[in-house]
Amino acid sequence: MTTVERNQSGTDHQPEERESVIVRFAGDSGDGMQLAGGRFADATAMAGNDLATLPNFPAEIRAPADTLGGVSSFQIHFASRDIATPGDSPNILVAMNPAALRANIGDLEKGAAILVNEDAFTKRALMKAGYETSPLDDGSLDGFQVTRVSMTEMVTRAAEDVEGATTRDIQKSRNIFALGLVSWMYDRPAEVTQKWIEGKFAKSPVLRDLNLAALRAGYAYGETAELVGTQITVPAANDVPPGLYRNVNGTQTLVMGLLAASIRSGMNLVLAAYPITPATDILHELSRRGGHGVRTIQAEDEIAAVGMALGASYGGALGVTSTSGPGMDLKAETIGLAVMLELPLVVIDVQRSGPSTGMPTKQEQSDLMMALYGRHGEAPLPVVAASTPGQAFEAAIEACRIAVEYRTPVILLSDNFIANSTEPWLVPSAADIPAIDQNLTTEIPADGDFLPYARDERLVRPIAIPGTPGLQHRIGGLEKEEGTGNISYDGPNHERMSQIRAGKIAGIDVPDVEVDADEGAEVLILGWGSSAGAIRAGVRRVRQRGIPVARTHLHHLNPLPANLGEVLRSYKQVLLPEMNAGQLSKVLRAEYLVDIKSHTNLQGRPLRAAEIETAILEVLGA
Amino acid sequence: MTTAELTKADFQSDQETRWCPGCGDYAILSAVQGLLPELGVAPENTVFISGIGCAGRFTYYVDTYGMHSIHGRAPAVATGLVAARDDLSVWVVSGDGDALSIGGNHLIHSLRRNVPMKLLICNNRIYGLTKGQISPTSERGKVTKSTPEGSVEAPLDPISLALGSGATFVARTVDRDKAHMTEVLRAAAHHPGMAVVEILQNCPVFNDEHHIHVTDKAQAAINRIELVHGQPVRFGAEGERGVVALPGGGLAFGDAADAIIHDATAADPTLAFAINGLGDPMTGPVALGIFRNVQAPIWAEGVTARLKASRVGLGDADIDALLHEGNTWTVA
Repeated sequence: MTTVERNQSGTDHQPEERESVIVRFAGDSGDGMQLAGGRFADATAMAGNDLATLPNFPAEIRAPADTLGGVSSFQIHFASRDIATPGDSPNILVAMNPAALRANIGDLEKGAAILVNEDAFTKRALMKAGYETSPLDDGSLDGFQVTRVSMTEMVTRAAEDVEGATTRDIQKSRNIFALGLVSWMYDRPAEVTQKWIEGKFAKSPVLRDLNLAALRAGYAYGETAELVGTQITVPAANDVPPGLYRNVNGTQTLVMGLLAASIRSGMNLVLAAYPITPATDILHELSRRGGHGVRTIQAEDEIAAVGMALGASYGGALGVTSTSGPGMDLKAETIGLAVMLELPLVVIDVQRSGPSTGMPTKQEQSDLMMALYGRHGEAPLPVVAASTPGQAFEAAIEACRIAVEYRTPVILLSDNFIANSTEPWLVPSAADIPAIDQNLTTEIPADGDFLPYARDERLVRPIAIPGTPGLQHRIGGLEKEEGTGNISYDGPNHERMSQIRAGKIAGIDVPDVEVDADEGAEVLILGWGSSAGAIRAGVRRVRQRGIPVARTHLHHLNPLPANLGEVLRSYKQVLLPEMNAGQLSKVLRAEYLVDIKSHTNLQGRPLRAAEIETAILEVLGA
Repeated sequence: MTTAELTKADFQSDQETRWCPGCGDYAILSAVQGLLPELGVAPENTVFISGIGCAGRFTYYVDTYGMHSIHGRAPAVATGLVAARDDLSVWVVSGDGDALSIGGNHLIHSLRRNVPMKLLICNNRIYGLTKGQISPTSERGKVTKSTPEGSVEAPLDPISLALGSGATFVARTVDRDKAHMTEVLRAAAHHPGMAVVEILQNCPVFNDEHHIHVTDKAQAAINRIELVHGQPVRFGAEGERGVVALPGGGLAFGDAADAIIHDATAADPTLAFAINGLGDPMTGPVALGIFRNVQAPIWAEGVTARLKASRVGLGDADIDALLHEGNTWTVA
């Protein structure tokens, strides 16, 4: 088999070195843009760059071809230094059809490069995208560096040597051609993609050879064609901590976190879930882990899913359910039951844009209030939020630890961005994962009475699971008498039990927030969840202007870190950017009486470094 | 305690029962507690899960493990429990509103899955705990506080629903016939898959004697169609009537001499469904006994054992292996 050679000696191009580049692949939802982007990201990770990615796709699986609504895109930001976000504005847009160009051109700054599949700019496709004249010819792209490539023709020619390839298969390999071309343009190692193709199509030699040919053709085209400008290199990142890395998205890490917690605690992992975007991949990922003591159930509905998870917990397993906003609405009653029973339960909410069906594939962090308060009665529970794809690993373990050790449901907030975007991850070691102690009661107490609602010094109750001889007892959603757990309608007992349940949650040991502060900083930027990267990048920009800033990020939303009030009060200004209408700022204003400034965004995309920078400067009056 | 020494008292909790005087739930509780010792399952390996409604309190009164969960969701909770613990004997106690109205979805899906649990539907054809509204099994025309003009809805039949959902064990019994109830519950307990038992149950406060046509001795003699596997389906005061096959297909009431033989193990549930459709559940005749008792794959049977086996020796090395999957690179 021929391999793709990375041979620059035969060209006149002198690679230009850059610190960072932002590439966006865009095409029809059936064009394979997520695949091309994902492969490019993997090769970039292997090249040693720091990176962040942003997949963006319509909710429809196959929207009508060539329409604006069907455009799917994948953005990757990679650099030779530590980066925090997928980037604001692409340096290059790869547009596979007119609709992809039209849908994305607004995000480009003048001077950016545009690479188009010229063959797709037919009269009909232009019309469907809403163009009256071709933007390639009418001067509307003046100021951009436009490169026109006949990708359809190129892949057809490349496939000539592949026997048995159908026209449809050939057309489908255009994304791989584009990937090959862009890989050459940014000096990405082709071997990584080549190896992937060989593995992916191992059972179909025709498709394997076809895609290898398309990749090779794209790469070779870049190398030889005068049309393509200077090759750009981005050296490996040199300011990231040493160690072993892999490229991960937040679904993979979250699942690894659950598995690690299950193995560490010695508890079977039972995940029950109902398919819902963008949480379904958790079910997919765990369903292939039967060999790791995992049982997954595709439930008949969201309510059944959480009920099954709770039933599994009752039997002594680590019961987990995963969903997104609409599913959270439905699970509320069972989560309340888990609060009342005081059983471990991990509820994962991969947030998306709401309310109702909202924008299912778009970004928002607007379920915070629901997580904190969305149950009837006094029903406090711990809320943990993941902040980056890599950090979702720790967040998942932390959610499991709290659920198991404090006998409580925990809501773990992730979101569409964390779940789908990728970044290089410094692989942790199992030895660094905290122990999780299920601490079951297995013996009849010396005085003969097992009291399922007795308390230890942390207000945690003992648990004896079915199968434990002599400790049979009943638990339920009715209020319980302190200690015995017998049904009680006594008012003072209910008040005491409510206080005990609340006190237990309030007393959970969560780490203090650490503040990354410049000397003399007057403003604190506080974030939570997936806005972490944008805030870090925005703060960096302000610092580059010589303005001192302090930054901190919350991973525990309930209970809040003990030092948070003191931290908030020690700055003249506090700015809180979040992708909702200001939910956390309301919570913190009520809790600490601090005049927090809110920066909000409900546009269905992650926050951008530039808007954080602007918001900080506005707060400072600079 | 060895299971051979178990008595009814071992399954009675210290909690005072709080049903209304004359409630059919007392008889059902007593029959279940009377049956449990002979099953050879230790109290600690038995779990009762209930939903909401009068029957939901059942859990508190049986001295096993138990969870009084939320309205309609007990089958889902039981399914989750069984998922990792098929070593337990799991019973769900429900009512007509709990199982057939708010929890209908979980009932049909646990039945089609054949999750190993015994599910009792205490059917009093009324909402008792909320003081007397129609339930999904109330008869058309039923006057209650929520239907002052009489219900305009057709009732749902639990037996037909269960048969249509692919249930592998389906039976009907009645609270005032302890021997019959015990016999049916015993067969349900020994069924390896999911067993659903409808128990016609009296509500002396809001729907008193709704099942008098099968509990009053004289009326029962006319109205009870006894289903016994391998026996002709006969009924009537003298056993003179029978369920007969019509030449063009279907069933009808006819002469005892022509009665069909009941086959609870028939692969095709059509006849069981047809028998249940004869007569009138509200006034009789009504079939009682085991409609269906067949073997089918039990929900994910063997998975629990595989789960246990997969955990043996699982440790940090496995976590590290997981963490290192896929492409990795080293930054010096």
